Amino acid sequence: MGKKLLLQNIDVPGINTYEVYRKTGGYKSVEKVLEQKNPDAIVEEVKKSGLRGRGGAGFPTGMKWSFLAKPEGVARYLVCNADESEPGTFKDRYLMEKIPHLLIEGMITSSYALGANTSFIYIRGEYFYVLRILEKAIKEAYENGWLGKNIKGSGYNLDLYVQVGAGAYICGEETALLESLEGKRGNPRIKPPFPAVAGLYGCPTVVNNVETIAAVVPIVNDGGDAYAAVGVERSTGTKLISASGHINKPGVYEIEMGVPVEEFIYSDEYCGGIKNGKKLKAVVAGGSSVPILPADLILKTAAGNPRLMTYESLADGGFATGTMLGSGGFIVMDETTSIVKNLWNFSRFYHHESCGQCSPCREGTGWMEKILHKILHGHGTIKDIDLLWDIQSKIEGKTICPLGDAAAWPVASAIRHFRKEFEEYVNNPESIQDVKHYFNVHNVAEA
Amino acid sequence: MKNIEFSEETLKTIREIINRYPEGKHKSALIPILHIAQSEFEGWLSPEAMSYVAEILNIEPVEVFEVASFYSMFNLKPVGKCVIEVCHTSSCWLMGAEDVINHIGKRLGIKPGQTTSDGLFTLKTVECLGSCGTAPMLMVGADFYENLTLEKVDTLIDACKSSGKSSSYLVDKMLG
Ligand SMILES: Cc1cc2nc3c(=O)[nH]c(=O)nc-3n(C[C@H](O)[C@H](O)[C@H](O)COP(=O)(O)O)c2cc1C
Ligand code: FES
Repeated sequence: MGKKLLLQNIDVPGINTYEVYRKTGGYKSVEKVLEQKNPDAIVEEVKKSGLRGRGGAGFPTGMKWSFLAKPEGVARYLVCNADESEPGTFKDRYLMEKIPHLLIEGMITSSYALGANTSFIYIRGEYFYVLRILEKAIKEAYENGWLGKNIKGSGYNLDLYVQVGAGAYICGEETALLESLEGKRGNPRIKPPFPAVAGLYGCPTVVNNVETIAAVVPIVNDGGDAYAAVGVERSTGTKLISASGHINKPGVYEIEMGVPVEEFIYSDEYCGGIKNGKKLKAVVAGGSSVPILPADLILKTAAGNPRLMTYESLADGGFATGTMLGSGGFIVMDETTSIVKNLWNFSRFYHHESCGQCSPCREGTGWMEKILHKILHGHGTIKDIDLLWDIQSKIEGKTICPLGDAAAWPVASAIRHFRKEFEEYVNNPESIQDVKHYFNVHNVAEA
Repeated sequence: MKNIEFSEETLKTIREIINRYPEGKHKSALIPILHIAQSEFEGWLSPEAMSYVAEILNIEPVEVFEVASFYSMFNLKPVGKCVIEVCHTSSCWLMGAEDVINHIGKRLGIKPGQTTSDGLFTLKTVECLGSCGTAPMLMVGADFYENLTLEKVDTLIDACKSSGKSSSYLVDKMLG
């Protein structure tokens, strides 16, 4: 069994309640930082830990914190990103539902480190029942003196609120999230200025993912060095992986960074192998946005080394033969999966979720969806495959926020690794039997 | 059509929400209030409801519309009493979401985006709801139904029919 730093107590009965959480050592990190009264020392420990943002981009958390501007007399904010909308990702939901006080403890400790007196958890609207769980836990934290005025006699004040979204993938992008939190449409902002300088209400702001903030708790408790001792290379600590698709044991797994991908897929400790004894065809390893890899390249790098669950190993070979750890949304596809059909599904998603600000993304995602629909239904040409490639290359890197890249990479990687399958759809349309149309009915009101 | 007006109790909750934000930043309360409005006013946001919310926040109605129209959870047209939202993204898709959607559609005689003529059901397709490990899944109100089979779907539809289960979820959940 690998080391666990976040979910080690997940099976303790009642761990979702304040009493049990406290009995297992909960809120110790808050006691520690309030006693030490040295916020900068916390930032140093986080730097030492090597913790990288768990929301997808993997930016070093300690560094992000040290960029926070601290002008005199201006409020600072910590905003937790609990929007979790990247397809294939459900770890934050699991953590918040099962052990909500871990996030709240992390929010208090992190807010103290950053000097924030008001903090927000921005949660996607569809997680309504989780919002209720968090609100209950926050109430318990207030009642026990961990939130509010003069926390445990330290003179430190902190209010913590949960803000609800209303269905928009783009609001997971940090500046869109801030716009949404200000009561506006979720249109990403042009950077700079970065949120660290001008974020929520124009004030210095740190935005961090749920899992990132939870990881601050073991870092403060045991020190940055102890955290950095877990994992390999620049992938320190543990990572929550959301495993789904054609596997025997889907679910959320806390892994020590460095577990071989092959072990993760086939070991009974994790995914337990491919469902129904089928063969592995492909994996999307880090949420729908990262490049898809065929079985041989996800299990081994192009150089023939075992692929590991780390930022570096998954990225080995660049986009030519590698992918990204991303959010840790690990989607497994068996040999019966149609890559073309799956890609059309992803492209439909990105078209639906584009905020519409940048033309390459707004128009390009729609074109890609249409072309894929055409190919999928047996009306495609070889030129269409090239056109798809051309379009994705003209979206990547040409938009305000990385949603454009996220829409382009799945298309590029699917064509790169599975071009033959696209050609098969074009050359032998009669071989396509699995295309269903939503059936037609009449005389019903359009909602 | 219900009167477009919140109860005293709801208004109290709304004032509490507004007080979370710094002075002058009360527009931050818009999305939470729209959720309440949608649940109190029959599951959708009519132009009257949006104007009413604008009045409460002292902003222009168009500012409310601009926001309401951006987010997929807000319905700008009337919906059935029970809104069935089926995830049709990646993992759910791999695990049979298409069959679930077609099954519900056939049983109710509607396509995604439509409402049954008796006003009981609306069928919506939605993007990944973070239940990919328990796919396929659907949501009614605030409740997740996971690891779906067609039998489970039938049981749910029957239950909705006989109980008149309503997805005006936030009424009890947000104010409970
Ligand atoms: C389109 C898009 C969607 C995103 N969705 C999420 C999300 O749901 N949750 C999240 O934590 N980060 C998401 N991110 C990344 C955030 O912009 C940001 O990098 C992150 O919240 C920073 O926290 P971290 O450093 O702790 O990872 C998204 C980014 C993009 C471009
Ligand atoms: S793909 Fe359906 S819940 Fe994630």
